[in-house]
Amino acid sequence: MTENTSPEISIQTTDFSLADEVALLEHENACDGAVVTFTGRVRDRNEGKHVTSLTLEHYPGMTEKSLAKILCTAKVRWRLGRVKVIHRVGELFIGDQIVFVGVTSKHRQDAFAANEFIMDYLKVQAPFWKKESTEQGNNWLDAKTSDENKAAKW
Amino acid sequence: MIKVVFFAALREQLNCSELSLSSENLTTIADLKAELASKDDKWQQVFANSALLSAVNHDMVNSEQAIEAGDEVAFFPPVTGG
Repeated sequence: MTENTSPEISIQTTDFSLADEVALLEHENACDGAVVTFTGRVRDRNEGKHVTSLTLEHYPGMTEKSLAKILCTAKVRWRLGRVKVIHRVGELFIGDQIVFVGVTSKHRQDAFAANEFIMDYLKVQAPFWKKESTEQGNNWLDAKTSDENKAAKW
Repeated sequence: MIKVVFFAALREQLNCSELSLSSENLTTIADLKAELASKDDKWQQVFANSALLSAVNHDMVNSEQAIEAGDEVAFFPPVTGG
């Protein structure tokens, strides 16, 4: 399931530890004063329905390539130290972690902006798809126009 | 030959995850879509959806993108990760 071409990108079925990821971003990194992390989790409700689980599918190969392009763009736009993106695939349950984006920089502004940029672009360009299981049955989630609009603002 | 792969809802609707087509007479993604849509009513309906995204060799492309033998072409719905 895992096809990782860069140490900055990990597509995995297994969970990750926020503490471990922060430790890796900070280890022997005395020049960066800012560490910004984002963690996305499975919510219990979506559009009024009780969600029991999510199943994430992706396009191995293209996923890594599209994320690498997003990270490359972020590094050109902002002065960044370290960057890490983790995205889980397979079946996930309420409260499970789905995605992690961690960015370091000398000062906070670059890390804040780059982290949001990476998430906004991941949402509309990285080939992942969520299938939701609810009490009413299973359905593939529709893409949101609001996500397209957020990414277009950068 | 051109390798064609399908994902998520599209894969389920077509009940097909992968196929190979001769690249003869196919010069663009639009040609390939038209060829696939001509298979039957179900395929025609699926490929009539203008929201479908396409990729060639793991890069997102539009319908005018040229394709050639050896390419891997993917069709999929708008993405919903994160």
